[in-house]
Amino acid sequence: MDVFDLTARQLAQEIAAGRLRSLDATQAILERIDKVDPHVGAYLHVCRNHALATAQRVDDKVARGEPVGPLAGVPIAIKDNLCTRFAPTTCASKILDGFVSPYDAHVVERLQAADAVIVGKTNLDEFAMGSSTENSGLGKTVNPWDPQCVPGGSSGGSAAAVAAGLAWAALGSDTGGSIRQPASFCGVIGLKPTYGRVSRYGLVAYGSSLDQIGPITRDAMDAAWLLNVIAGHDARDSTSVPADRAPVPDYLAALNEPAADVKIGVVPALNEAAEPDVVRAVRQAIEVYAAAGAEIVELAMPHFDYAIACYYILATAEASSNLARYDGVHYGHRTADAGDYVQVYTRSRAEGFGPEVKRRIMLGTYALSSGYYDAYYLKGLKVRQLIRSDFTSAFNRVDCVMMPVAPTTAFKIGEKVADPLQMYLADMYTLAANLAGVPALSIPCGFDGRGLPIGLQVICAPFAEDRLLRIARLYEEGRDWSTRRPSCG
Amino acid sequence: MGECIVKVVVGLEIHVHLATRTKMFCGCELAYGGSANTRTCPVCIGMPGVLPVMNRQAYEYAVLTALALNCEIARFTKWDRKSYYYPDLPKNYQISQYDLPLSRNGFIEIPLEGGRTKTVRIVRAHLEEDAGKNVHTLGPFSAVDLNRAGAPLLEIVTEPDMNSPQEVRILAQELQRIVRYLGVSEGDMQKGHMRFEPNVNLHITREGQVFKTPISEVKNLNSFRAIERAVAYEVERQRDEFIETGVTMQTGNKRTFGWDDANQRTVLQREKEEAHDYRYFPDPDLVPVELDDAWLERIRAGLCELPLAMQKRFVSDYGLSDYDAAVLTGDRDTAELFDAAVRAGAEAKRVCNLLTQTGLKLANERGTTVRVLGIDAGRLVELTTLVEDGQVSATAATTIFEAMTTCDESPGGIARRLNLMQTSDAGEIESLVDEVITAHPKAVEDVRSGGKKSQKARGFLLGQVMQKSGGQANPRVVAEILDRKL
Repeated sequence: MDVFDLTARQLAQEIAAGRLRSLDATQAILERIDKVDPHVGAYLHVCRNHALATAQRVDDKVARGEPVGPLAGVPIAIKDNLCTRFAPTTCASKILDGFVSPYDAHVVERLQAADAVIVGKTNLDEFAMGSSTENSGLGKTVNPWDPQCVPGGSSGGSAAAVAAGLAWAALGSDTGGSIRQPASFCGVIGLKPTYGRVSRYGLVAYGSSLDQIGPITRDAMDAAWLLNVIAGHDARDSTSVPADRAPVPDYLAALNEPAADVKIGVVPALNEAAEPDVVRAVRQAIEVYAAAGAEIVELAMPHFDYAIACYYILATAEASSNLARYDGVHYGHRTADAGDYVQVYTRSRAEGFGPEVKRRIMLGTYALSSGYYDAYYLKGLKVRQLIRSDFTSAFNRVDCVMMPVAPTTAFKIGEKVADPLQMYLADMYTLAANLAGVPALSIPCGFDGRGLPIGLQVICAPFAEDRLLRIARLYEEGRDWSTRRPSCG
Repeated sequence: MGECIVKVVVGLEIHVHLATRTKMFCGCELAYGGSANTRTCPVCIGMPGVLPVMNRQAYEYAVLTALALNCEIARFTKWDRKSYYYPDLPKNYQISQYDLPLSRNGFIEIPLEGGRTKTVRIVRAHLEEDAGKNVHTLGPFSAVDLNRAGAPLLEIVTEPDMNSPQEVRILAQELQRIVRYLGVSEGDMQKGHMRFEPNVNLHITREGQVFKTPISEVKNLNSFRAIERAVAYEVERQRDEFIETGVTMQTGNKRTFGWDDANQRTVLQREKEEAHDYRYFPDPDLVPVELDDAWLERIRAGLCELPLAMQKRFVSDYGLSDYDAAVLTGDRDTAELFDAAVRAGAEAKRVCNLLTQTGLKLANERGTTVRVLGIDAGRLVELTTLVEDGQVSATAATTIFEAMTTCDESPGGIARRLNLMQTSDAGEIESLVDEVITAHPKAVEDVRSGGKKSQKARGFLLGQVMQKSGGQANPRVVAEILDRKL
């Protein structure tokens, strides 16, 4: 048996049962990372010693017959905007190069309590701003299916790690598509939960009202299994939803119930706006559901097209404020060349931030400025409300909405770097779910003519992650997408 | 230059530190002093990835204060980020309240001379977090102490309804009395629990025309004396400036001053009001606060009778002077102790004297409050009654009061133990008087002659009787009997 053929959940079962050792799995993945990651660039930091020590502890527990957590001994990667005490947290930014957080993020605590082995921290677009991971200030990640192409972003490192078999599962964060789009580009599952489902405590903020942490996995079962661990209320995040308002179901158990008689909403004009291979693959996927008994309902979502404009006002406004703290005074990069405290600010920030981060800080600062607030930020909030109501009325009629994750498959490295607006369009299908706060996932649904993966996006009503996963599982069963692997390594 | 009539116009912005156990948005302890940066955590030092959680106690204290200031309480309030870069502000934004403060439109009544009062309108009161402190005394660089960063601050803004330096000082003192009564702040000026920023200008009437001088804001005043003097200094300065230059208030010519306590003058800090753009927007990390009826009523239950109301009641119901009533209501414990003793039957003026002349004196000497001295209403009533009935002298009462602070014994018990009970037994005293009259015929003669030696001789005889009684005879009874016999 090759451990790399096991899903994360299967591996945990083997380790918990004492049939496999976590230390062996961890050593195997570390060797594979050594061999393969120089060609992929998924990781910014590999936590070798921490991972081996954790694996040993899990094995010892198993050997002593003690109960082990659900993620028993499984090597997992996390995006490098999740705070850890045992490894740097850089957000792929020079301004935080070498920064080590004094505390662990809520999800890190949850993973550790579940006996996961955190094997490393993955690359991303600087501060999660981007759609290709090309905005990383600290490393280059390529798409495991084609090293000439981007892995997507901003959770490009996490998606590439799972696709290339450099981790059994990963966590990413999604502010405007940053889990789903790279999952789609890399041919893996990526789930963005409902806003408030997973605590953001310890997730370095980009757009606070949009950010959510979620799993990137090989199949829907693993996504459910990881979500079981990270979902739930946390008193340290005021926007995390208490259990009495939205109890956390057993997502894995929910997968046993069939998702028959599902009503699927589609917006035809929207779905046809993608490139032809994507349009075809998404159409075929929806036909699979129809053949399985689903009812397809045509919908209008009149405000969907405004998502890009709305997002780039609200997210950048929040970002301009969230990133104000990186000033060279208290931690992180400080300029070597400052005469007074104002220069500490201006030079540290000029040296530490990359061009896309600077662009978004400037956009957001402008949108919040006196005299422009009403025309931009306030109007953005109103449009957001309209987008939310589009979804509310959709979910009065259907169980989910299906559309592409991205208008294209993975594009060539460097292709869109010079044109930020083209890059922003890569998120045209994903931004709305963040603005509405609803859960959405990306599931592999085929390949384009160049052999690059295509993702189907499924969006459900708030806190219906269980249904979302059931719908994904229905499609996944009987198809081999989740077992197809890129040739790299 | 013709005859000028000058009207002083002052509004105040006040920051009050709330006496919660922990900071506004994290669990760090609130305390004064100690080593720099020891009362900090990832949240209040603005580490990446942290999130604020509202301190409910701070919110409740703020609402309670707003209720005491007769404000309208918002049932829905939210948090906003106020952006500016400064090293003592770790996130480079302050969590504050912008367009939906927790309260608005109130008023405070302040006591003036001779029992008169004045009403000053309150624009709003809202909550925010304090910044840290920059330290410039460590050498060629500056350091930042974040122990104070994130402390809950109640900001109170008044209308410009004060018309003299004294009124501004009195408002500050009255507010201190109120927050201490409510228990929402220690109101310790030396620890910076209250900071005042008056906005001052003059309305000068000359030849029937009114001229308004440019507004000066004086920053960060933290003593009552400084408040009064800074405003008085600005009044003089602005009048001189107007006479000299004729400059009047215009958009953008508001100036910011600091107070130089050593030289007793204001110092210009910023010539023109900078066009600050704080880029306020709702903090996405915090949920709005919705105050329902039940919660509001629970908070309202924490209200007490306010100091000025109590002061007025002591004058009208108990016949105290305004001065005595003001002294007694200086702190809530003393006022309530007094009130309870009077309600239990003690004579008001007598209790007042005991409390103000003995109790507050002792408390001051020991740097504490009357409550901490361990005096309860029951013993106070008993002691007052002993004095009233002539069983102990006023001097003895002071000794008994002092003894009461170190034991739980009753005042009567203490008086007997210390031999401080007075004799009012007429028979006993009469025999003493007879002995003295017999022993000092010359003095008796002097008194009876009614000459200029008469008063002195009477005093001598009284003294002799008191001496014979070992100081325990009631002087009033002694005088009565002696006068009758002579």
